[in-house]
Amino acid sequence: MKFGIVVFPGSNCDHDAWYAVTHNLGHEAEFLWHDSESLNAVDAVILPGGFSYGDYLRCGAIAKFSRIMRAVERFAREGGLVLGICNGFQILVECGLLPGALIRNRGLRFICKQVELRVETINSPFTSEFQKGQIVRIPIAHGEGCYYADPRTLDELEAEDRVAFRYVDNPNGSLRDIAGILNAGRNVLGMMPHPERASDPLMGSTDGLLVFRSMVAALSHASR
Amino acid sequence: MSAITPELVAAHQLTAEEYERIVRLLGREPTYTELGIFSVMWSEHCSYKSSRLHLKKLPTKGPYVLQGPGENAGVIDIGGGYAAAFKIESHNHPSFIEPFQGAATGVGGILRDIFTMGARPIAVMDSLRFGPLDDPRVGPRNRRILQGVVAGIAHYGNCFGVPTVGGECVFEPCYNGNPLVNVFALGIVRQDRIFYARACGIGNPVVYVGAKTGRDGIHGASMASAEFTEESKQKRPNVQVGDPFMEKLLLEACLEAMETGAVVGIQDMGAAGLTCSTCEMGSRGGTGVEIELSRVPQREAGMTPYEIMLSESQERMLLVVQRGREEEVFRIFRKWGLDAVAVGEVTGDGMLRVKHNGEVVAEIPSRALADEAPVYDRPRTRPFRTAPMEGPEFSSHDLTADLIRLLASGDLCDKRWIWEQYDYMVRTNTVLGPGADAAILRIKETGNSLAMALDGNGRYCYLDPRQGARLAVAECCRNVSTVGALPVAATNCLNFGNPERPEIMAQLVEAIEGMGEACAFFETPITGGNVSLYNETLGEAIYPTPVVGVVGLMKTGLPVTPAFKREGLHVMLVGGLGACDDKRFGATQYAKVIVREIWGLPPLLDMDYEKRVQAAIREIVGEGLAESSHDVSDGGLAVALAECSLGGVGAEVDLPGDDRPEFVLFHEGPSRIVISTAQPDRVERIAARHGVEFLRLGHTVRGALRIRQRGRLLVDCSVEQLRRPWESALEEALRG
Repeated sequence: MKFGIVVFPGSNCDHDAWYAVTHNLGHEAEFLWHDSESLNAVDAVILPGGFSYGDYLRCGAIAKFSRIMRAVERFAREGGLVLGICNGFQILVECGLLPGALIRNRGLRFICKQVELRVETINSPFTSEFQKGQIVRIPIAHGEGCYYADPRTLDELEAEDRVAFRYVDNPNGSLRDIAGILNAGRNVLGMMPHPERASDPLMGSTDGLLVFRSMVAALSHASR
Repeated sequence: MSAITPELVAAHQLTAEEYERIVRLLGREPTYTELGIFSVMWSEHCSYKSSRLHLKKLPTKGPYVLQGPGENAGVIDIGGGYAAAFKIESHNHPSFIEPFQGAATGVGGILRDIFTMGARPIAVMDSLRFGPLDDPRVGPRNRRILQGVVAGIAHYGNCFGVPTVGGECVFEPCYNGNPLVNVFALGIVRQDRIFYARACGIGNPVVYVGAKTGRDGIHGASMASAEFTEESKQKRPNVQVGDPFMEKLLLEACLEAMETGAVVGIQDMGAAGLTCSTCEMGSRGGTGVEIELSRVPQREAGMTPYEIMLSESQERMLLVVQRGREEEVFRIFRKWGLDAVAVGEVTGDGMLRVKHNGEVVAEIPSRALADEAPVYDRPRTRPFRTAPMEGPEFSSHDLTADLIRLLASGDLCDKRWIWEQYDYMVRTNTVLGPGADAAILRIKETGNSLAMALDGNGRYCYLDPRQGARLAVAECCRNVSTVGALPVAATNCLNFGNPERPEIMAQLVEAIEGMGEACAFFETPITGGNVSLYNETLGEAIYPTPVVGVVGLMKTGLPVTPAFKREGLHVMLVGGLGACDDKRFGATQYAKVIVREIWGLPPLLDMDYEKRVQAAIREIVGEGLAESSHDVSDGGLAVALAECSLGGVGAEVDLPGDDRPEFVLFHEGPSRIVISTAQPDRVERIAARHGVEFLRLGHTVRGALRIRQRGRLLVDCSVEQLRRPWESALEEALRG
């Protein structure tokens, strides 16, 4: 499988995602420049963490207008797998591929720490390799990760089984402890925690690798 | 053009003698712009005029050193064809005036120093010192400074994408008016791709890249070379404003440009901005540089040559590019959306020639600026100290309560509130992060790992600068050894008061000599660093505070951390109990927090013994015998045992010896490491082979810490009783 990792000016977890995919997962990955119109026929897209365009104006607000996002939106509409991590999640909500918003952490400070997540659904191409209800350790590192949406949207996400991960001990004030959500088509996942930082035994957890393994499983199933 | 009056010379912080020297070097009166250029280049900050003579006493060579002092950063061989570039930089003065931007640009400045060498920064550590948060007079200001500094470091490092993997944070009243912000950064570079700040090849274009030049930070370097007075509060415009996003783009663009092979030399514009970069590159390259200021990208209209030359706007670099290959370089900077403009060229006449719209506004021999700055052998007496040699009578009513108070004190309490605001994991190399004795970073390029530690101890150095500096080096090397790494090189940051006071100058010289002795002994040459003088407000100097950063090499593997992991293991003290007396107890945390005094002398260090203890612990950890490992330092043995217990598994130990219990529990004698192990016999054999004392203190137990001395119970509490005050102290103090 070939993963495409988008590089915006200011992305800084792009290499980490690349390393997790190529070294820890053992698949191919290539960087996609923000100014490119093509996704180079990759099998799945990762929007990595970082501070795209300096996060000026609002996190992800400028990245939404980059050329590559037109291609990513098209890819997502056609059912392609898109994983947005941290800043990538912020970009996905900014461009409407996912509902809601990510606002300042409740404590108004940046938080970097290992956290526990509960896997809420395994009915998705990103979570099929987990057990439902499994508690996993995947770190967060963000200043604006408090998930916010109106009650109807939250109800809808829950009714449609689109909450992928919840925090066991909510670190940032996210409504209903939401850490990651799926789109209606279940082919787009946005999550604030960093699975690429939990893909190597040296980093203290390999739970994040299951996100990538699930994607590989879904893709190989589809290509069969 | 302004006439050069004695008042103008004095306003530039140049002495009459220095001005005469300028006139002699030029063979004429300087222009106003030239005066400005000389004033920043000859400032203490840029010229090291008070310290240079003594810095020569530091060892700078060794088997691992590829580049010693004199470049933007030191470089060492880490094997596999790769090298590590690293250095410490201080941003003390700006952080007092504007904590957020002062600290942020401190991080930005040292990161540029690292990637100027062609190295990608992979880790940062910070040594922070503030006035006490509960100071009755200036506590609120100290809290604001700490919060601003931490937020500034977080803002810059997190956005740039470099992990902040550890450091130290200490509180003393002497830092009330002079907080210290020292940033230690390290990057990785292929040995055949190291870049130097040299202007070579006559006729090669000099290219300005990065942010535009504005009026910010003019005279920042001179500001950092003067004491604080009431007027300093008006120096806010001298503090620069950082943009970490711009720096991230600059990093990527510079590394990509270096890959082309078209870049001949590169220098960042830090202190003294365009002035420093042009004349230092010329001086190092043995050439001259000619620039045309009208081509310099400017943020605002109507800037004078003086302002353009002295601006300290951030995120700017100067490149020397092979003639004919400019377009290759320009293309890369365009891709990253950055300005890149040829502003001049390398010349053969050794002059820094600055033109503005074709007219020459400054013409100075590069060497005069960079290498012929005055060097002072400033008079010195005995190191300043007012502390007595003898301490007061004291005796503890409740040693358990003392221990809990110590753990909840500013220097020893949990600093999680600080380091959780830093992204300490980005780049996925952090094998061991903040809160441990040393940080460990795996190096993806080589398959090996590096350890880094950062230490200083102003109290020890105040009582005896020479011994204090030796102890700082010993502790830093011990921290690196405690996680199993071999210390191979060091960088330093020398924070002192006004060197024109002989008793302060004496502190500086003693500390440099002590540091030199220890670095030579521990085989950790100093590859570069920084000197920050004039850390005084209204005549009150800080404690002499040399800070040292040490880098160690090790194999990659799961880390050995301080916390006891499971019950039933042997708790051992490698190095033995050590010794103490009344005098040597006066610098301890116990003296500070419980007795509330400072007296006597710092702990006694036997460097030869220390080195053997470090060799022993490296072998013990390297053989996989230690399930936990933690050095005994601030707070002594009881605090070290408590720190090992905070994860939930405590210990039950019985100490030998007849010393009074306060000494046994809390003295800070060096050369001691607490480990837990299932194989005490093998540990003992290793220790014995190195000629190192070892003690079996007891066992790990669930949820409690009990310390006896020859059977007599001294400390008895649950881990929870220790953990809660330790965990909550900093946040509570910040709430005021």
